[in-house]
Amino acid sequence: MINSDNSQLHSLPLSMREVTIAYHRKPVLWEVNLDIPTGKLVGLVGPNGAGKSTMLKAIMGLIPLLSGTVRIFGKPYAEVRDRVAYVPQRESVDWDFPASVLDVVLMGFYGRIGWFGRITRQHQQQAMEALDRVGMAEFAQRQISQLSGGQQQRTFLARALIQPADLFLLDEPFAAVDASTEQALVHIMRSLQQAGKTIIVVHHDLHTVPDYFDYLVLLNMRVVAAGPMETTFHRENLQKTYGGKLTILEQVSEAIRNREAP
Amino acid sequence: MNESLPPFQFYWELDGWIILAGILCAASASLLGSFLVLRRMSMLGDAISHAVLPGLAAAFLLTGSRQSSLMFIGAIVVGVLTSWLTQWTKQIGKVDEGAAIGVVFTGLFALGLVMIVRSADTVDLDPGCVLYGSIELTPLDRYRIGSWEIPRAVLTMAFVLVVNVVFVVTCYRQLKITSFDPALADSLGISSKVMHYLLAALVAMTAVASFESVGNILVVAMLIVPPAAAALLTERLSRMLVVSVVLGIVATIAGHFGAITVPRLWGYSSVSTAGGMTIAAGALLILTILFAPKTGLLSSVGKKWLWGVRVTGEDILALLYRQEERGEAGATAESLSKQLLLPRRNLWFYRWLLGIRNYVRVEKSDWKLTEKGRMAAQDLVRSHRLWENYFASEVGLTNEQLHPPAERLEHFTGSQIRKQLFEHGPSQEVDPHGKPIPPERDKSS
Repeated sequence: MINSDNSQLHSLPLSMREVTIAYHRKPVLWEVNLDIPTGKLVGLVGPNGAGKSTMLKAIMGLIPLLSGTVRIFGKPYAEVRDRVAYVPQRESVDWDFPASVLDVVLMGFYGRIGWFGRITRQHQQQAMEALDRVGMAEFAQRQISQLSGGQQQRTFLARALIQPADLFLLDEPFAAVDASTEQALVHIMRSLQQAGKTIIVVHHDLHTVPDYFDYLVLLNMRVVAAGPMETTFHRENLQKTYGGKLTILEQVSEAIRNREAP
Repeated sequence: MNESLPPFQFYWELDGWIILAGILCAASASLLGSFLVLRRMSMLGDAISHAVLPGLAAAFLLTGSRQSSLMFIGAIVVGVLTSWLTQWTKQIGKVDEGAAIGVVFTGLFALGLVMIVRSADTVDLDPGCVLYGSIELTPLDRYRIGSWEIPRAVLTMAFVLVVNVVFVVTCYRQLKITSFDPALADSLGISSKVMHYLLAALVAMTAVASFESVGNILVVAMLIVPPAAAALLTERLSRMLVVSVVLGIVATIAGHFGAITVPRLWGYSSVSTAGGMTIAAGALLILTILFAPKTGLLSSVGKKWLWGVRVTGEDILALLYRQEERGEAGATAESLSKQLLLPRRNLWFYRWLLGIRNYVRVEKSDWKLTEKGRMAAQDLVRSHRLWENYFASEVGLTNEQLHPPAERLEHFTGSQIRKQLFEHGPSQEVDPHGKPIPPERDKSS
């Protein structure tokens, strides 16, 4: 029994133990303990400054931990890089960079092909398939500065799709995108989930949280609650997460009303 | 006027070497500078090329020689240090990057000056020479390789260019991804920090090598100006690199001859070549801003003008169509001028334009639509009246308000939109003013 439990724990896509991170001696994440089961579509939700993006970066070792450990499929991140695909915030890059949509997607291969490898025809074909999947195939040769916000986000998702990953980390993919892009993104995330992948998504809009995700992590410096959507998404947890921020409280109540109404 | 100036002559032995040294310097700098510009770190080039001074002085004081290899090492160390100190100042002092750079490089530069002046009586390192360079003296200081005598500056710059080209070619993808998306690069195991400091080290090396030829300050121009122009002209990184190197080379050649010949036109003797090269680079950037095919000022003015011509031409066609519809005789230039509020002299242009495109025939100063012109006008008038119906039924404008928006939109309306408009309303036989809406033309016939 103990052995099987252990092995299950080791194969978890993400397991964080006592993770603490601080900037200038101010804590951003405080003793975070979190286990994410395989094959979940996870919403990572919390107020501004709750440490959501920081948590994604910490998972990939982009930010030094003050204490604690992070394990991806039971191993340190550096050993399982290939099994993780990361989609940074769209605003984090300069879209005037001289590159085409296809160039950006091909960057997803750069980690694997190493210093002397080449971008082959097969890589190109795979990139085109990913672009087709996000509905961007016809824009492959377009200069990226000419894309709309939604198209930029689709391009970023295509870049993650070409990685043979089992864990996807998406940082606010729905921020300022059009409705049809939002639907397309949700659709692709669900199909990834059906293929057995685990997807963790930083998300802001409480209204859509219960519809989009089946697992919820509420974060405000600490993990306030984590678990299946049905048992975790309720007033008490949300109030604990959002604290005394009144406007958001209203939003929370409305979200809960909407959910309870039907 | 000074009549005694000797006529200008090109001496391959002198001018050739000077230009070659300049070209090698411009190419080395533009290649790296492209990445500085793309990373929004242009000022780092400026900072590093100043801050290397204490590195040079230290290397010199420690060894007592001006051997290039030691100078290179000193410069590279300080170059990396500059960029590290900048990051550190930014974090610790909580100031923005520009302020951090400003503090770090002036501090280091001052330190270098003090070090040089302190040992001025014993060493032969002249601050003026560091700042402005002395490319004109390039051919004098030569190095013998077999039976060849090659200027030392040319050899040094050739070495630097080779190093830079090898760096950019082998690390092309790493440079590209860390410049565009450092977070993704780090997550894939490509260290954005390592690439940042490698780039800083090579910029420092290039700056030191160039300070003998174009000088410490002017190399900044070659690091930034050609790449900035290339960024306006290209949409792919690889092309931007090539174009910026080419622009750097063009600026060098134009600058050298400009420095010799242009002042002569006013009877002065020639000016500093390095200055000429930098002015030429600046001039190229200004030309690019004005004339770049997609982003240039002129092209946007041109596009506006072309659009204006198109709209006016279409207005003339629609006007002639409506006159025909009312059964009035063909219009004269005078009546057109009055109705379109268009000066008579402009009408000559449109008469010519619509004439050669076979839209309008002018018979005895009477403007008449050709068959082709009538078809084009029919589309326009149909668009106009469908829009009027739309605005009347959907937006609720009064009949007096209908014309202006329809007049504007008709120029943007193709058959697809007309189809949607047509399917929108219940009856599309007449417009709100009771005028018949001409039928959609059958394009297949």
